[in-house]
Amino acid sequence: MADIVVKTEDVVKEYRMGSNILRALDGINIEIERGEYISLMGPSGSGKSTLFNMIGALDQPTEGQVYIDGQNMSQLSQRQIAAFRCHRVGYIFQSYNLLPVRSAHGNVTLPLIFAGMPEKQRNERAEKLLDMVGLGDRMYHLPDELSGGQCQRVAIARALANDPSIILADEPTANLDTITGREIIDLIKRLNREQGVTVISATHDLKMLDVSDRIVDIRDGLVERVRNRDEIEIEVGDVGGEHDGDAGAHD
Amino acid sequence: MQQRAPIEEQIDLPFVESLRISFQSLKIRFGRSIITTAGITLGIAFLVSVWTNNEIGLALQESGRQSTINTFEDTTETGISTKDIWLIIMSLIVCVVGIANSMLMAVTERFREIGTMKCLGALDGFVVRLFLLESGFQGFSGALIGALIGTLGAVLLGLKDYGLDLFFYFPLLPAQPEDGTMRLGVIVIILLGCILGMILAVIGSSFPAWRAAKLPPAEAMRTEV
Repeated sequence: MADIVVKTEDVVKEYRMGSNILRALDGINIEIERGEYISLMGPSGSGKSTLFNMIGALDQPTEGQVYIDGQNMSQLSQRQIAAFRCHRVGYIFQSYNLLPVRSAHGNVTLPLIFAGMPEKQRNERAEKLLDMVGLGDRMYHLPDELSGGQCQRVAIARALANDPSIILADEPTANLDTITGREIIDLIKRLNREQGVTVISATHDLKMLDVSDRIVDIRDGLVERVRNRDEIEIEVGDVGGEHDGDAGAHD
Repeated sequence: MQQRAPIEEQIDLPFVESLRISFQSLKIRFGRSIITTAGITLGIAFLVSVWTNNEIGLALQESGRQSTINTFEDTTETGISTKDIWLIIMSLIVCVVGIANSMLMAVTERFREIGTMKCLGALDGFVVRLFLLESGFQGFSGALIGALIGTLGAVLLGLKDYGLDLFFYFPLLPAQPEDGTMRLGVIVIILLGCILGMILAVIGSSFPAWRAAKLPPAEAMRTEV
């Protein structure tokens, strides 16, 4: 039997906007296997970022359940959720979300501090991670002094700090140019392949298609379809026409 | 579905760790910290100068050496004129509103940071503690500087009104004149100013920080200022 790492059951999320209720997710059921590279695709407003937040325990569903590693997330205490975010998941965001007051090194050590790692060890670990993402020589620069691509590399190093089993990436390439975006995707894919990290990425960047094992198309808060890698290769031209926009040429 | 190791509980961090993070944050954000602190300094300086000025006036009035300008026509039984009471109340209000506002702004622009820290595994309490430490330190140092500036201002004003007599009758320590009223003295006023500044800064920042820490991280990070 496949090792399911994430499972959602009829997940519904509603937002109250004044007197209106906006149904961002309308009953999502997906299963994600360990070690998979999954892309959640869909136009903006489709609910993919909302689903991303539900899977990452960054928000709570209005109805339905999210299971991660077999744990029902709604049954966890505050402390368990904090530990979950600290150890099990690494987050990568469109706008990097680095702490502006901490250097690249300081950003990577933060989750290690929260995990209670002693100072010497965490400094070494942060250096090793920053080396791995190719920022060995800019470790002590503040985020303001780094380019977008470099910031995203810091974010990736930070996401990996506590050896998470899942990497959640929300539009990780949306603020980057095509070449830098490609580099970031390659880096994430390398982690997925070499370290067996499950990658769940919300995106509408077509460059992410050919590295994904499966693509989940989200539309109007529902799973429209799920495609496997082999289906994607056949459909590539097709998809490019369907999801136009900021993705750029598919190379 | 395979059950992995159960999810453990997040640990509490040692106090030194929070102290270090909050001071680092103050240091690197120095320019912004100065602006926030300046808000506190101004509020307290205004309050302390009005208060001290009033105290000086009373002390010299009792000594029989009245200002050539103030005639103390409109005085209450305690010797404080109603105008002065109003002035002190007004400066207190300006001080409260000013400090609360500058702390509120300083925290609101950091909602995203709070959300991010929670993503990395920070407990709500830890986030609140960081802001408590930062604002407590800012509040105290800002208020101390403000209180000293305010006192200096009041002394200069007093010198203009009373000349060097001011120093013979300077109300440094608390006193109880014969009429049974209570004089706080300048030292107590400075102390009260510092405590007030610190308390206002801590309330003004930890309340919004606590609210932001309670939010799900997704919502805290969505907040744009």
